[in-house]
Amino acid sequence: MKFRNILSHCFYIVCLTILFDTGCNPGPGIEKSPLKGHIRIDGSSTVYPITEAVAEEYRSFTPGVKITIGISGTGGGFNKFVRREVDIADASRHIKEPERKNLQDSGLEFLEIPIAYDGLAVVVNKDNDWIREISVEELKKIWQPSATGTLTRWNQIRKNFPDRPLRLMGPGTASGTFDHFTEAIVGKAGSSRGDFMPSEDDNVLVQGIQGDINGMAFFGLAFANENIDKLRILSVINEKGSFYPDAENIRNGNYSPLSRKLYVYITNESVKKPEVVDFLMYYLDHVVTVIEDVGYIALNPEQYTEAKASLKSFVSKFAPENLKILDKHAEEVEN
Amino acid sequence: MSRMRRHKLTDSLFRYFGIFCTFFGLVVLTIFIGKIVLMGIDRIDWNFLTGLPSRKAEKAGIYTAWVGSVWIVVLTSLIALPVGISAGVYLEEYSKKNRWSSLLEINIANLAAIPSIIYGILGLEIFVRTMKFGQSVLSGACTLALLILPIIIVATRESIKAVPDSIRQASYAMGATQWQTVWHQVLPAASGGILTGIILAISRAVGETAPLIVIGALAYVAFVPETPMDEFTVLPMQIFNWTSRPSQAFLTNAAAGIIILLIITFALNALAVYLRYKWQNKIRY
Repeated sequence: MKFRNILSHCFYIVCLTILFDTGCNPGPGIEKSPLKGHIRIDGSSTVYPITEAVAEEYRSFTPGVKITIGISGTGGGFNKFVRREVDIADASRHIKEPERKNLQDSGLEFLEIPIAYDGLAVVVNKDNDWIREISVEELKKIWQPSATGTLTRWNQIRKNFPDRPLRLMGPGTASGTFDHFTEAIVGKAGSSRGDFMPSEDDNVLVQGIQGDINGMAFFGLAFANENIDKLRILSVINEKGSFYPDAENIRNGNYSPLSRKLYVYITNESVKKPEVVDFLMYYLDHVVTVIEDVGYIALNPEQYTEAKASLKSFVSKFAPENLKILDKHAEEVEN
Repeated sequence: MSRMRRHKLTDSLFRYFGIFCTFFGLVVLTIFIGKIVLMGIDRIDWNFLTGLPSRKAEKAGIYTAWVGSVWIVVLTSLIALPVGISAGVYLEEYSKKNRWSSLLEINIANLAAIPSIIYGILGLEIFVRTMKFGQSVLSGACTLALLILPIIIVATRESIKAVPDSIRQASYAMGATQWQTVWHQVLPAASGGILTGIILAISRAVGETAPLIVIGALAYVAFVPETPMDEFTVLPMQIFNWTSRPSQAFLTNAAAGIIILLIITFALNALAVYLRYKWQNKIRY
């Protein structure tokens, strides 16, 4: 009997500790905002790490606002707009025409806010000593549908390459990354040769390239940079010259066509919630500070200023009562 | 004589084949678990269990995930157990054996074989949208309850079938009603088998990801559910999310998350074994 009492006391102590541990952040010195509310975000899993990072920072001084983020894909996010199931949609591409029409049919106006750049890296094995850079035309030659079964050796890409088998790997055909690459290189999203090794798990692609000197693959730059000790990233030759995918080349647009912008979308209904406006302003002000942690590339400062201006005009059009939140943020930045 | 020897040989061959098969599964499992434990065990500490999601792998924790998983398991059991066991009892003790009941039987057995993602789509349409539960713990629990109902029903029926008929006859002879017989004699006698089925079912519910993704379990939730209508995430979801991150540190986190998930599953199994042992000792014919 006594033992059971002790046990139940232990249980209560554990429960209480958990409650207090999680209830008591953040540390001293940060002035907490009294704002309360609930923000539902869903959409692209590519944008997810950025939004998660901003939400993580945001919660430390606006603990009253609960944020949830899902990863049902860019299309899934737009779909949930129509059903009024989300306030913000993460998107790794522009909204498509049918999606735009769906929103309009359900009486929603939307605003697209660019938040960061993402790059695609073309990578080869670390011991591969014959290739440093590859042109857009060569990539097209390799990946277009007609290459299936015919272009299978390195020396078919360029005459002076060794006569070795070419082993291609890439993300699964359902992923946004695959769509982006095929659209940029082949010209049509989803159109590609069929005989490459696909994997939904980028870690598998990294291992595949690491273990095969004849391999070539493409995937997100964040993954490539994280594993830079295991593989080599190629420069891409376009009409302007040969460019390595570093932050500078992506930001000034030189690393085209394998870079893209990432966005968040909002609607005329979501800006009516003060916490959404507050979070978006925080997002645009602070995304620069977290973006390197998650491996993406920040926009130019002017682009963020522009984004804030367009947010402001959107808010004044649909929710003028929330303009004071924007002004409060502007003051904070000045101070 | 030589034929005799041949049969003996076959006999011992099968014996070794059986040993091989048994150990094959075990060895693979041991390697798998061993690798995960080696990779993740150092990551498990108090902060990992009480931490919220974070972009920094070393700061990230699974608090919302494991609490969400516990919520889901408890709610799922509360919904599925009474319904499943009652259905099993009805089918075995009350319903007449005719074409109708064998049709039901086949359908329930088939339900157990439906891929879990189908249940997810069903749950999305029925619980999330039609019944307007939203992307809540309740929606998730209802969906998983549907998923494990067939397992519970089948297990209940099988263990009730195994209760000797003489027990029932004796109970009736003492003047007991059918309900009294079921409640005081049949169910206690069948409880061992029912419990095993329940545990198999719940262990499955703990590990399910696909249907929960469909109904909208989230990747990032920085608060734990306080009511069944709150949004949630679960451990498998968090593990899935971490394995798709670029940095190695997140894979370590995923391994640590898997260890916690295994601990939860093993704990549930251990509880079942204990309960079954306790119950079976009480029953003596």
